[in-house]
Amino acid sequence: MTASLEVDRLAYAYPDGTQALFGVDLRIERGERVALLGPNGAGKTTLVMHLNGILTAGHGTVTVAGLPVSKDSLKEIRRRVGLVFQDPDDQLFMPTVRDDVAFGPANLGLRGEELQQRVKDALTRVGMLEAIDRPPHHLSFGQRRRVAVATVLAMEPEILVLDEPSSNLDPASRRELAEILRSLDVTVLMVTHDLPYALELCERSLILSGGVIAADGPTRTILSDAALLAGHRLELPYGFTVP
Amino acid sequence: MSAGHHQLYRAGDTPVHRLPPQCKLAAVAVFALVVVATPREWFAAFGAYALLLAGVAVTARVPAGSVLRRMVIEIPFVLFALAIPFIGTGERVQVAGLSLSLPGLWAAWNILAKATLGVVASILLAATTEPRMLLLGARRLRLPPMLVQIAMFMLRYMDVILEEMRRMRVARESRGFTARDARHIPVVARSAGALFIRSYERGERVHLAMLSRGYTGSMPVIQDLTPSAGQWLLAGTLPGAALALLLGTWGLRAMWGMS
Ligand SMILES: Nc1ncnc2c1ncn2[C@@H]1O[C@H](COP(=O)(O)OP(=O)(O)O)[C@@H](O)[C@H]1O
Ligand SMILES: [Mg+2]
Repeated sequence: MTASLEVDRLAYAYPDGTQALFGVDLRIERGERVALLGPNGAGKTTLVMHLNGILTAGHGTVTVAGLPVSKDSLKEIRRRVGLVFQDPDDQLFMPTVRDDVAFGPANLGLRGEELQQRVKDALTRVGMLEAIDRPPHHLSFGQRRRVAVATVLAMEPEILVLDEPSSNLDPASRRELAEILRSLDVTVLMVTHDLPYALELCERSLILSGGVIAADGPTRTILSDAALLAGHRLELPYGFTVP
Repeated sequence: MSAGHHQLYRAGDTPVHRLPPQCKLAAVAVFALVVVATPREWFAAFGAYALLLAGVAVTARVPAGSVLRRMVIEIPFVLFALAIPFIGTGERVQVAGLSLSLPGLWAAWNILAKATLGVVASILLAATTEPRMLLLGARRLRLPPMLVQIAMFMLRYMDVILEEMRRMRVARESRGFTARDARHIPVVARSAGALFIRSYERGERVHLAMLSRGYTGSMPVIQDLTPSAGQWLLAGTLPGAALALLLGTWGLRAMWGMS
């Protein structure tokens, strides 16, 4: 079976010369939920930007469900990879929730009733259907993040990629988002510092550190290895032990 | 962070509210052209235009009081118009002991009558059309898409930017700073610069988010707003009646030999 996502020896340097990725290899099977852990500056966001072709690999390849990321495949790649940005205010740029969720599928060419149905389905999956005609800035932060997830779900992606999904959420919103992510039947790659959240949602974790994958294994095993975590500036919250 | 800039719109479900936005925009534009084209001496025609607008307001259930409150934006015109008879030249007339310029009086009347009719028509448009629908309408009328997109983002990000400004002010003031006199201008200016950079960076991030969802340079059609012939006809009532009035008056005057 082809993997949902395959990254092969990916290296990238920013135009100013900063080498952010030094050869990243990873493979995520269809239906997996994987956490990507790593300290600030590890290259997580840089890696995420390669997954849908916003940044173009300096060296190596990214393949999404068998389709390599390239200039010619961008349109299809962006349908297959649903990127949820860290700040929902960046993601929700249209005047109403309905228009925002419709933006992606409308770019794919959907119109009329089919488009409206797609919007309603996506909002139902994140429990935000009743907000459909409200402006995004009238929603709470947690609600905005859920709508942001819906905007990419509406494109029926092969893989959902979330950058720091639990940041700035209160405990109730954090739990609600976890329930939603668990209920979705898509492949998920979740970038996070929130180690308990990774443990709660993902069986498998990767550690990205210094621009390479430094560890790959069951989340429970990785989080139990205090020396490994400390070596990559990762820490469990005070009082938390892996059950 | 209330949405203060949406206050022109009054939700409702009247025939006027239901018309597609581009029909209403076009109707207001043509109505304004007819008003402007009407010679200033034709008092009766201006009265009739006002009645037409009153008819629209009644149909749209927009109360007179709310129209009047929104007319404050006309005040600068009013002040300007009031000044003209005093500073105008030419033949002068005595009104209540004041010497006023006759051409000035005509010019003032011309500005006031036409501006008032145009402003009221625009207020009715804004009261019955959501801002975002106005923008969709503008797009359908083939106004420059870049301008329409910019206006759309302003509409969306106004509150976000105001909130950022408020947070920066709180941060300044919680460190003991209050802007009181000119010496504080550099501090405020630096904040404004920081705000600009933050907004610019946000723009870049929003652009990436748009690209990620398949944006290729033009906004996709999300709501199909193609008006029916009946809707164009209904929207045409206001400018149509005004145009009929203008042409009718002109015809009658020609027949009676008045110029
Ligand atoms: N636009 C940029 N130009 C130059 N260097 C950058 C840019 N963005 C990030 N970097 C650098 O690349 C490295 C990886 O950054 P990033 O991918 O944002 O890390 P993370 O998301 O894991 O915190 C860091 O050293 C960072 O300073
Ligand atoms: Mg990052």
